[in-house]
Amino acid sequence: MTTTTAPRPARGPLGSAGRIIVYAVLIAAAAAILLPFAWMISASLKRNNEVFTIPVQWIPKDFQWRNFADIWDQIPLATYLRNTLFLSTVITFLQVLTGSFAAYGFAKMRFRGRDTLFLAYIATIAVPWQAYMIPQYIMMQKAGLTDTFLSLILLQAFGAFGVFLMRQYYLTIPDELCEAARVDGLSEYGIWARIMLPLSKPALASLALLTFVNTWNDYMGPFIYLTSNDLWTIQLGLRSFVGQFDADYAMMMTGSVLSVLPILVIFLLGQRYFIQGIATSGMKG
Amino acid sequence: MSDLLTAAPPRAEAAPSPPSAHPRRRWRTTLVGWSFILPNFLGFAVLTLAPVITAFALSFMDWDAFSTPEWTGLKNFQRLLRDESTKVALKNTVYYALGHVPLTMLAALGLALLLNRRIGGVGFFRAAAFFPYITSMVAVAIVWNMLFHPEFGPVNQLLHVIGVTDAPGWTTTTAWAMPAVIVTSVWRDMGYYMVLYLAGLQAIPQEYYEAAKVDGANAWQRFRAVTLPGLRPVTFLVLILLTVQSFKVFDLIVVMTDGGPGRATLVLSQQIYRIGIVEGEFGYASAISLVLFLLVLILTVAQFWFNNRRERR
Repeated sequence: MTTTTAPRPARGPLGSAGRIIVYAVLIAAAAAILLPFAWMISASLKRNNEVFTIPVQWIPKDFQWRNFADIWDQIPLATYLRNTLFLSTVITFLQVLTGSFAAYGFAKMRFRGRDTLFLAYIATIAVPWQAYMIPQYIMMQKAGLTDTFLSLILLQAFGAFGVFLMRQYYLTIPDELCEAARVDGLSEYGIWARIMLPLSKPALASLALLTFVNTWNDYMGPFIYLTSNDLWTIQLGLRSFVGQFDADYAMMMTGSVLSVLPILVIFLLGQRYFIQGIATSGMKG
Repeated sequence: MSDLLTAAPPRAEAAPSPPSAHPRRRWRTTLVGWSFILPNFLGFAVLTLAPVITAFALSFMDWDAFSTPEWTGLKNFQRLLRDESTKVALKNTVYYALGHVPLTMLAALGLALLLNRRIGGVGFFRAAAFFPYITSMVAVAIVWNMLFHPEFGPVNQLLHVIGVTDAPGWTTTTAWAMPAVIVTSVWRDMGYYMVLYLAGLQAIPQEYYEAAKVDGANAWQRFRAVTLPGLRPVTFLVLILLTVQSFKVFDLIVVMTDGGPGRATLVLSQQIYRIGIVEGEFGYASAISLVLFLLVLILTVAQFWFNNRRERR
């Protein structure tokens, strides 16, 4: 698999005039793409009545840093963040663990029933979640799990995505390596733990980051399952904030900035793994 | 735990348990194999596989939160044909897909072509194009709702500057709410597909370009003769992913317009949620789900078929 980080130029070397044009286009495109974020940050630092002006004031007249202090009193943001962090961490951990474990069975072992099991995974991947969310919901309701974290953890931790992504990666690791380990007397579990896991660190990182961000950003799952305010995630909290204070634009943006900030940090730290994960798998949940 | 495997003599096969192996050892390998898959598969079978199968059965039943399930054959589907708001939802979903799929594809391809070069700072530009994709839908919807503000939003101010006197009311009007949602979703998703296209571009051998250049092909001809055919597999993948994704749209609509104004942006998955979970009509909602699934399936199969036919030619 070629990596996206080491591109080959599609065209020959550019002249300096061409280079300037390319940069001009790039900067214009980047500015257009990042404009919503500029608005978000700018509005989050304004007084509410300064958010909408003609013409737009991109740099606040005087910075209202206190918005970022006040918001914690207006909505239980700390609870929301804690809930989201908890859910994202647990789901990511389970998805990575069970996904890579199952992927080893699918990619590196041969046994009766393996291909049938894999077919079951493949068969469901084309089915949109919306098509079976009703039976899922009934099941959770009957089990008394609606309005608990457990419902979301159960629903999201065992997806096919992790199995696919990890299997894809394990297939690129030569079988001879496992064979040699077997000869040396390592059990299958030992091979998984001591050889495959260390070798698949990039794929594990990709899967972990993608799962974490997806769970952090998920709206539909918590929206359907979590009704108690003290269980809400940051996305639900932010949404209800809009409903409650629908004219408090500055605060909405302050909340938005705070909800996006953790993702930005994670993205900056693990950018390479995001890109590789997407490029190798070419699919998502 | 591993004594049996340890004792096993070295074998030349790539994986254990060839058909000729000792029955007991084969049995053991099967057990070990299943033990790897089971932790994930149990969760998957109970929480995904079983509901998928149940959903099919449910769509032929009459069942709501207060009654016992009752087999009613095609009644749900007959009701569907008369249900005005589900028809509106279907129409809107198709409208959304017709806007979202081609525009996202074009934007993603454009970005990939632009960013597939080795120049300083390209990493930053790629990151910038990708970041919207991992920004939460809620934050995205809130920001774009403000950007699309009819009077004070920067979008309409810009339109005003370039001379548009009657700028649209975007999410406040039935005619322009869907275009506003589509613009927002294209902005958010193009970075994801750009990554796929970039991987596709880098898989095209450089020699093809050089050969085309030797033959005197200009940039446009090289694009037509080398780049586009080389991108065929990726384009196909992107097309399928985008189609499936647009038929599933939910979060963005719920937060940005909640289906409104009126029913202008009501989509299928929202309708399923409303009927099935809010109103508790499990059977009827499952019937709508089945229609959604069949639509996605037919479109995917059609694209496969079309692609195969073109490939053979």
